[in-house]
Amino acid sequence: MTEDAELELRLLLEAIYQKYHYDFRGYSVASIRRRLQQALGAFGCSTLSGLQERVLHDPATFRALLRYLTVQVTDMFRDPGYFKTFRERVVPLLRTYPSIKLWIAGCATGEEPYSFAIILREEGLLERSVLYATDISGESLEKAAEGVYPLDRIAAFSELHRRSGSSHSLSEHYTAAYGAAVIDRSLRSRVVFSDHSLATDNVFAEVQVVSCRNVLIYFDKSLQDRATGLFRDSLCRKGFLGLGSKESLRFSANSSAFSDFAREERWYQKQ
Amino acid sequence: MTPVPRRVPSEVELVVAGASAGAIDALRVVFSGLVARHPPLAIVVHVPAHTPSLLPSLFSGVCAVEAEDKQPLEPGTIYFAPPDYHLLVESGGLLSLNADGPVNFSRPAIDVLFESAAIAFGPRVVGVLLTGANSDGAEGLAAIHAAGGFTVVQHPDTASAPAMPQAALRRFTPDRVLDLLGIRDLLAEFGTRGTP
Ligand SMILES: C[S@@+](CC[C@H](N)C(=O)[O-])C[C@H]1O[C@@H](n2cnc3c(N)ncnc32)[C@H](O)[C@@H]1O
Repeated sequence: MTEDAELELRLLLEAIYQKYHYDFRGYSVASIRRRLQQALGAFGCSTLSGLQERVLHDPATFRALLRYLTVQVTDMFRDPGYFKTFRERVVPLLRTYPSIKLWIAGCATGEEPYSFAIILREEGLLERSVLYATDISGESLEKAAEGVYPLDRIAAFSELHRRSGSSHSLSEHYTAAYGAAVIDRSLRSRVVFSDHSLATDNVFAEVQVVSCRNVLIYFDKSLQDRATGLFRDSLCRKGFLGLGSKESLRFSANSSAFSDFAREERWYQKQ
Repeated sequence: MTPVPRRVPSEVELVVAGASAGAIDALRVVFSGLVARHPPLAIVVHVPAHTPSLLPSLFSGVCAVEAEDKQPLEPGTIYFAPPDYHLLVESGGLLSLNADGPVNFSRPAIDVLFESAAIAFGPRVVGVLLTGANSDGAEGLAAIHAAGGFTVVQHPDTASAPAMPQAALRRFTPDRVLDLLGIRDLLAEFGTRGTP
């Protein structure tokens, strides 16, 4: 990369950090650069320095830029095999705990934590479970807490739910109203949504399960190590860590703290 | 006066390639000349999102793997983008994956890989665009060209699907337009040069 381009990018991320306390300095440069390139077009700026000036003087521009800096795509039961493994192999071990805590890090608009809540309900464990669902996107967290999804997405979710090994119908878990599905209150009340950054915040609870999917790929190696360090410190002994289908601990500084539990499905167990 | 063709670079740190319809047969030919310590090769082939990751297993006699996130680039290795993820290279010599939306209706997209390579490797990268029935890769290859990298396009007349090479040729003039054997011979030179 040319030195000037590198410098401009670093200065912009530093400015964002100093002014707004969002820390993107440890993100994968290749990915973030591409999205900033799109933002330049959208905001009519010709350089990152030009964008930096706008961002520093106009909080509304920063809020709009946040949508470019993070990627919010998600689904319920994304990669059904991952959730099937959770249901069939992790849940039986969770039954031995009187109270069950899960941390879903980078939960976006809530589809992933609700998928876990649904499985726990179907397995009769929801009443003694709490799910902490965290993200840095306030907009997404608000949507997540509402738990309202367009019905046209629900057909696909139902199929993924079935393939995750459920013998129930997804419709047992929501009520349909005005073209949207509203996740049942009993599920929503078990999920605590909060603002938490894997880049700047610390461990906040001891949990038996951490699920962090398609978040680490956006980080560079040292930020990945910070995040997996938080997961290690948050998990109880023999607790479970689940990652995205193309994420692994193979190149992680913390790989020795974990062993493979279900390799293909990216479930790890803390030593 | 015809311009003198640019010389094949002697210091290549990375080769990136993209292919779509007809990719497997084309790549078999292209790989057949590789020397043992060829520069790392990162490749995007368009495959449907929910196919299992079979690509690396289709090529014998080479070291081909599915790219993993933050995997270091090693000589002698071919890295394929996994289905449903974009593949990018970082300036520190690592691979990255991301799940951003499709580009040119594709994920993985050739443009995403090529543009990241242009930025991270500039004149030290060679970009190769092969057969395909869409126009992915043209922008990315032009970016490699603009960054001083060496660009190669399969001759459209020799491609089983000519649209992708044609789109690139409409966009700019690459350093070489070759048939598959020509591309094979060109790649065979890398890794034998510069290293004692
Ligand atoms: C692609 S989504 C993944 C959603 C879900 N986990 C899934 O796999 O479907 C990535 C999420 O990570 C969040 N994120 C990005 N940086 C973060 C950070 N430093 N700490 C916590 N979450 C972060 C984004 O806001 C976004 O919601």
